[in-house]
Amino acid sequence: MRVADVVTAAVLFLLGGVVVFDAVRLGVGWGSDGPQSGFFPFWLAVIAMASCLAIIVQAARRSDGAPFLTREQARPVLKVLVPAVGLVLATHAVGLYVAAALYMGVYMRWIGGHRWVTVVALGVGIPLVTFVIFERWFLVPLPKGPLEAWLGY
Amino acid sequence: MGLENLFLGFEIAVTPFNLFVAVAGIALGTIIGVLPGLGGANGVAILLPLTFTMPPTSAIILLTSIYWGALFGGAITSILFNIPGEPWSVATTFDGYPMAQQGQGGQALTAAFTSSFVGALFSIVLITFFAPALAEIALRFGPPEFFAIQFLTFSSFVGLGGGNPIKSLVSILFGFILAAVGLDIVTGQLRLTFGVTDLMKGFNFIVAVIGLFGIGEILLSVEEGLRFRGTRTGMSLKVVLDTWKILPRYWRTFVRGSVIGFWMGFKPGGATPASFMSYAFAKRFSRHPERFGKGELEGIVAPETAAHSAGVAAMLPMITLGIPGSPTAAVMLGGLIIWGLQPGPMLFKENPDFVWGLIASMYTGNVIGILMVLACVPVFAAILRIPFAILTPLIVVVCAIGAYAVNNAMIDIWYMLLFGVVGYVFKKLDYPLAPLVLALVLGDLSENALRQSLIMSQGSLGIFFTRPIAAVITALAVFFFVLPVITPWWKRRRAAGAP
Repeated sequence: MRVADVVTAAVLFLLGGVVVFDAVRLGVGWGSDGPQSGFFPFWLAVIAMASCLAIIVQAARRSDGAPFLTREQARPVLKVLVPAVGLVLATHAVGLYVAAALYMGVYMRWIGGHRWVTVVALGVGIPLVTFVIFERWFLVPLPKGPLEAWLGY
Repeated sequence: MGLENLFLGFEIAVTPFNLFVAVAGIALGTIIGVLPGLGGANGVAILLPLTFTMPPTSAIILLTSIYWGALFGGAITSILFNIPGEPWSVATTFDGYPMAQQGQGGQALTAAFTSSFVGALFSIVLITFFAPALAEIALRFGPPEFFAIQFLTFSSFVGLGGGNPIKSLVSILFGFILAAVGLDIVTGQLRLTFGVTDLMKGFNFIVAVIGLFGIGEILLSVEEGLRFRGTRTGMSLKVVLDTWKILPRYWRTFVRGSVIGFWMGFKPGGATPASFMSYAFAKRFSRHPERFGKGELEGIVAPETAAHSAGVAAMLPMITLGIPGSPTAAVMLGGLIIWGLQPGPMLFKENPDFVWGLIASMYTGNVIGILMVLACVPVFAAILRIPFAILTPLIVVVCAIGAYAVNNAMIDIWYMLLFGVVGYVFKKLDYPLAPLVLALVLGDLSENALRQSLIMSQGSLGIFFTRPIAAVITALAVFFFVLPVITPWWKRRRAAGAP
C-alpha cells in the first residue's frame, strides 16, 4: 500500500510538472486583458505538486506492509478490465451492438459458465433492446459497423 | 408569494407526460440504486443523453426522479443484502441488516422508505420557501462573491470531508487541471493539449463520472469478491400499516434527522456525515442505546431521514447559486447547461416554469417514489439475484453507451476506461472522488469568476477580503482549509494543558 501511495503521488507530481511547463509557455502573469491563460493552471499545479510531496513524505514515514493488490484480488479485476478493453477495440471494428453481443457472450460463457441458451438469448436480446431504445425511441445514434450497414442502417 | 409559483409548478409537474417521466425515472433510478457499480451520479450521467431531445422541464424531472429512485434503491440493498449502495447508506446497514436477518425485513424497509420520504419532504418544504430568497440575494453577487462561494465549497471538502485532507486537496486540484485542458475561451489559446487534436475538446465530466464511479466501482466490487447473500423478505400491506403505527413514536428522531440532514446537506459531501451524525445522536438520546446495532427500528429511521434530507438539500445551492452540492447535482447542472439553461440565480427570473416545475416535481416524485418502492420491493430485490457474470458485462456495456452518447465520440469510451482505472486506484488509496468531479464541473466557472475578480481589482487578491459578503465567505473558507492543521494542534495543547 505504501509503495502504491508513493508511486501514485509521484505520478501526480510529474503530471503537475507537465502542467507547470505548459502553463509557463502560455504565460502565467498579467496580460493586456487580465490574467494570462497559464495563470490558473500554473498555481493549481504548483500547489498540487507541493501536496504530492507532502503525501510522499507522509507515506514514507508510515510503516505498513499490506500489499496494494494481492494476486487473488488482481485476477478478477483483470478479468473485468481486459475484456472491457476488448469491447472498446471491437466497437471500433464492428460497431457497438455487435461488440456488446460478443463481449457479453464471451463473459457469460467464459467467466460465468452459463448455458449456451442463456448466453445466446441475452447476448442477442440485450443489444436488440438497446437498439430499439436508443436508435428508435430516443434517436441517439450509437457506433454501427458492417452488419448494421448490411441491414440498411 | 411562493405559493402561486408552486401551484404553477404543480400544473407543470402533474401533466400526464411528466408524471409518466417521473414514474419511469423512479423505476430506473431504483434499479440503478440496487445494482452494484451504478449509483445516483453515474446513473444520471448515463441516462443524460436520453434527455437531449426532451423539453428541459421533463428532462430535469426524469433526472431528479432517477436520483430519488437511486436513494430509495440504496436502502433496499443495505437492509436486505448488507451492501450499502452509496456511502450514506452505510449507517442504515447497522440495524437494517440485523432486522432483515431476524425476519423483520419488511418492517425495516417500510421504516427506511418512510424515513427517506419524511426527510426528503422536510428539505423540499424548506427549499420551496428558502430558494427564492436565496436566489434573490445571489442576484446581487458579483464574480468575487461567486468565487468565494466556490472556494468555500471546496474548502469544506478539505476541512470537513474526513479522510486525508492533503489527498482531498490533490483531488480538487487535479479536477480543476482536467477542466483546464482544451480551448481557453477567454484568450482563445489551447491549453495542455500538446498538439493532440483529441485533447482540444477537453475532458467531459459526464464521461469522468461514468468512469470514476461506474467502472471504478465495478473493479472494486469484483476485487472484494462480491457475493450477494440476500435475505428474503415478506412485504405486505399489513406489515406496512403496522410499522406506520409504530413510527410516530420516533418523531423526535425524525425531526432531529431532518434538521441535521438539511444543515449538512446544502454543503457538499454532507449526506454521509449527516447520516452517521443522526445515527449517533439517536443512539445517545435513546432509552435503549444497547439495542442499537442489533436491529433497532430507530437505528434505521435516524440515518435514512438525515441522508435523504441531505440528498434533497444538495439541490438548493444548485438551483439558486449554480453550485452543485453533490456529484449527482453536478451532473444535473451539466444537464442544465446542455439544455441551454443558465444555472444560477437568474433561473428564477428567466425560467420560472422550469424551476417551479422542478420544485413541484420533488413533491410528486417522492410521493410516487415511496408508493412504488413499497409496492415493488420484491421485484427490485430480485435484480440482485441475477448472476454476477451477467450483471457485470451488462453494466460495462451500459456505461460504454452512456460515455459514447455524450458527444458521439469513441475517444470518450477510452477515457471512461482510463477514468475507471484512476477511480479504482484513487478509491483504494483514499483520494476522494466527489471533489474531483465537482472541480471538473465547476472548473471554467471558477476560473472565470477568479479572472473577472482579478480584473476588477487590477490583480489584487485583496478584493476577496474587502467586499463584505465575499470577505465573510472567504474567511470561513480559509478557516475550513486550515482546520485539519489546527485541530491536531489544538488537541495537543489541550492534552498538554490538562494535568
